[in-house]
Amino acid sequence: MVEILGYTFMQRALLASVLIGTVSAVIGVYVVLRGLSFIGAGIAHASFGGVALGFLLGINPLLAAVVFCLLTAWGIAWTSLRAEVKEDTAIGIFFASTMALGILVIGLMRGYNVDLFGYLFGSVLAVTRQDLWLSLLLGAGVLLTVGLFFKELLFITFDPEMARVSGLPAGALYVLLLSLMALTIVLSIKVVGIILVSALIVIPAAAAYQLTEDFRRMMLLAVVVGNLSAVVGLFLSYWFDTASGATMVLTATAFFILSALLSPRRRREQV
Amino acid sequence: MDYMIELENVTVRYQELVALEDVSLKVAPGEFLALIGPNGSGKTTLVKTILGLVTPAAGAVRLFGKPPQQLNGEWKRVGYVPQIAQLDPRFPIRVFDVVLMGRYGQLGLIRRPGSGDRKAAWRALEQVGMSDLAQRPIGRLSGGQRQRVLVARALATEPELLLLDEPTTGVDVGTTEGLFNLLEALNRQGMTILVVSHDVGVVAQHVDQVACLNRQLVAHGRPDEVLGGEVLECMYGPQAAFVGHGDFPHVVVQRHGPQEG
Repeated sequence: MVEILGYTFMQRALLASVLIGTVSAVIGVYVVLRGLSFIGAGIAHASFGGVALGFLLGINPLLAAVVFCLLTAWGIAWTSLRAEVKEDTAIGIFFASTMALGILVIGLMRGYNVDLFGYLFGSVLAVTRQDLWLSLLLGAGVLLTVGLFFKELLFITFDPEMARVSGLPAGALYVLLLSLMALTIVLSIKVVGIILVSALIVIPAAAAYQLTEDFRRMMLLAVVVGNLSAVVGLFLSYWFDTASGATMVLTATAFFILSALLSPRRRREQV
Repeated sequence: MDYMIELENVTVRYQELVALEDVSLKVAPGEFLALIGPNGSGKTTLVKTILGLVTPAAGAVRLFGKPPQQLNGEWKRVGYVPQIAQLDPRFPIRVFDVVLMGRYGQLGLIRRPGSGDRKAAWRALEQVGMSDLAQRPIGRLSGGQRQRVLVARALATEPELLLLDEPTTGVDVGTTEGLFNLLEALNRQGMTILVVSHDVGVVAQHVDQVACLNRQLVAHGRPDEVLGGEVLECMYGPQAAFVGHGDFPHVVVQRHGPQEG
């Protein structure tokens, strides 16, 4: 275990995993409690269009994905706040059209692009120095913002209508929450892959939800499960030579099953 | 005179459905008004319209003399107790943290609650008799206890105007009586209160004004003036009758005959 940490790529991957395990879990708590997981999947798929366009234009694909994911998040938030189209319909439209844009762009770039497919399924080997710095920057930004707006984000997640009546800018805070979600997704796609990234947001928080009835404790437990899933998943994928994202997600699923079996909630609700 | 709440010819539509039609209502400072009406009569819509959560198709709404959209810093003057169904009992949060939310609006963005906010939250919990359960997760409360948490959250705001939407749904008689006694005491201290209820008997004993809503405002006045045939018909249909029994009125609804199914 010590000698594999001698590899630079493995050090980067480990740092990236800890970052992903922490930030995804924190945002996941809001996603699970407010029921936003479909939005997460939608934003993640939108990043594909950004990544492909980044390759085509020769821009850092992750930076292009940041723009695409933020625009998608704002688009979804705008639609749901105006309520002219049903929210899930709006997500379905964004989801498919940004993915289609990505596929179209791949077609423009003569031939099959291996790098691009690395983004779809995730790869530990692909994390460059630059990627790691960008992820660190995004992760620190997300965690800092959650820290600053902790009470507001809790309020709009628990009771959005009451938050509005108390005079807080509930609409703007909802946009902020979706933006944080978009940034979390971008910082995870290199390792976890676009297709599975929302699973790593949802599953640790869902596992933590089984174990506690206190909000802060749920966030703490989600971070523990998220880190365990990401780091254990990383080493398993190295040893068994499996896809890193899929291994992390399945590790998280194992933790979820375990916590569901141990859940005091479940025991009580059965009574 | 400056009214707390003013509705002028308010009509609210949900697509084709007319939820409120041409409703005009004024609530003066210090008033204790009960809004009664059958299910689906637009009571909740009326409350949400007052709070700016629902935008009317026609008419004007003013809260403290201003449209609710322009209230800004004055939201701290309003306490709102939503219907219990709006609260997810599986949300992992403790009673005290819910009540403290009543302070978040006046704290403003980013600032954390301080000792003054905590004191206000404790005081509110004591007022509803829930301070023993402050650290209990809301998932482990009975319906009546959860209802009282919502009242405490609104009181923690220390509002001038309190709006309550069906605060006695699924609550036992003792708790209902306790809640209305508390509201009466708060009203005597100067708080303006609007309570939505379908419990005519309880309402009649405690409030000083009753408004009966059935999409339109059917009647508005003192309970002894208003709670007659017209209101009964609005509430229960033409078969109902009032029976005086001791101090408080009872409602008797005639059974439908077999020919009516």
